[in-house]
Amino acid sequence: MTAMIELANAEKTFTMHLQGGVELPVVRGVSFHADPGECVVLSGPSGAGKSSILKMIFGNYRCDSGRIGIRHQGKVIDLATAEPRQVLSIRRSTIGYVSQFLRAVPRVATIDVVAEPLIVNGVTREEARERAGRLLRRLNIPERLWTLPPSTFSGGEQQRVNIARGFISDLPILLLDEPTASLDAANRAVVVELIAEKKTKGVAMVAIVHDDEIRHLIADRIVDVTSFAAAA
Amino acid sequence: MSELSSLDNAQPLLVAEGLAKNYGRLAACRDVSFALYPGEVLAIVGESGSGKSTLLQLLSAQLAPSAGHVAYRMRDGVLRDLAELGEAERRFLFRTDWGFVHQDPAQGLRMGVSAGANVGERLMAVGWNHYGRIRDIASTWLERVEIDVGRIDDAPKTYSGGMRQRLQIARNLVTEPRLVFMDEPTGGLDVSVQARLLDLMRNLVSELGLAAIVVTHDLAVARLLSHRVMVMKGGRVIETGLTDQVLDDPREPYTQLLVSSILPP
Repeated sequence: MTAMIELANAEKTFTMHLQGGVELPVVRGVSFHADPGECVVLSGPSGAGKSSILKMIFGNYRCDSGRIGIRHQGKVIDLATAEPRQVLSIRRSTIGYVSQFLRAVPRVATIDVVAEPLIVNGVTREEARERAGRLLRRLNIPERLWTLPPSTFSGGEQQRVNIARGFISDLPILLLDEPTASLDAANRAVVVELIAEKKTKGVAMVAIVHDDEIRHLIADRIVDVTSFAAAA
Repeated sequence: MSELSSLDNAQPLLVAEGLAKNYGRLAACRDVSFALYPGEVLAIVGESGSGKSTLLQLLSAQLAPSAGHVAYRMRDGVLRDLAELGEAERRFLFRTDWGFVHQDPAQGLRMGVSAGANVGERLMAVGWNHYGRIRDIASTWLERVEIDVGRIDDAPKTYSGGMRQRLQIARNLVTEPRLVFMDEPTGGLDVSVQARLLDLMRNLVSELGLAAIVVTHDLAVARLLSHRVMVMKGGRVIETGLTDQVLDDPREPYTQLLVSSILPP
């Protein structure tokens, strides 16, 4: 396979033990792939399981059955059965995840929050900060805020910090969960540009976007998640 | 960066196999097996009485197991059973290659001697004898843990709780250990002080590429510090996995209860 991500019959059910063991089927038979340089957009109404699928690909939701093949350092690893150490290695050098909300670490300056994924991969602090600054500038975060921790920022500013952190690295796979949800038109356009640049670099992306206009601008292919609905 | 590259290391640093501890008929800890890799941070979570502190004592050779083994990879690369180490090797582990951060800093510090001596003591124990150099290193470490170097000659009994805990960390890390055991390191501290300590520990662990085993009942501590988590209940490990996986997608009834019991801020 040349695909970067290939899901085959992936399935997820939550068992809610505190609610008397209720089984909550989320998705079933999830099968699709994403090639290098391609942006696959997951579509479907809220609650259809789009975010759950992204979390399964990132490994913070477990996959109950099926396969989630990830091309990692030249080999295909099944994330559904990977060891924690392998998942961490995949997250460090293969898969990036831009969530809707920033999970801020107290006291860390914005510029360092953004630079961190590069530093972890061995880029010098200086260069990492330089690149972080460039990205923050593009996303219209004023320089006077860079040394402050982002926890006090507005929702839109926090999301842009999160986007900068997600887009700064050179990872071959990016998962985007509503990257433009609380952004104004100018910043949405920047995100569309960033996604286009990632495509030219051969990055495979899986995205969730509710905005039809954005979806048309970024999607190479649309996968309808309703077909994976796990009817109980 | 050293932290994460060392995660690719194929050889475990510490291996526990079938560990158990009984107190009479009470099984405080049963059948615990896992491997810890260099640079990896493992959190052991569970409520009081779940056996997590007993497990930590077994792992750090402070308590002899009723069954099972703990093996540790010495600096020569050989994996050795802790029960079979000689006195000199044990001393090397306790004084140099391991750190132990207690919940109560008074247990890990000498409260009546100066902060500088507290940090320098572990260096002297491994043969350092140049006073000026020891003092320089101690000053550097006080700075690293954000203690005003002007307080170097004061005894920790004059320090606040948060400062004491940071001093205890400096004292442990000065010998560049490869493995640090921490028992509720943020317990008993104010929330604001906890955040600062956590952030500091998170940075030090990653800069130094330390492996750590952290016992905590606070899931936020586990989320911020650890790569992997083991959930204990009734002396057994009931669930284990990647930290965000266990916390975002808990599988066992007890883990779901723990996760759902966190009060939103």
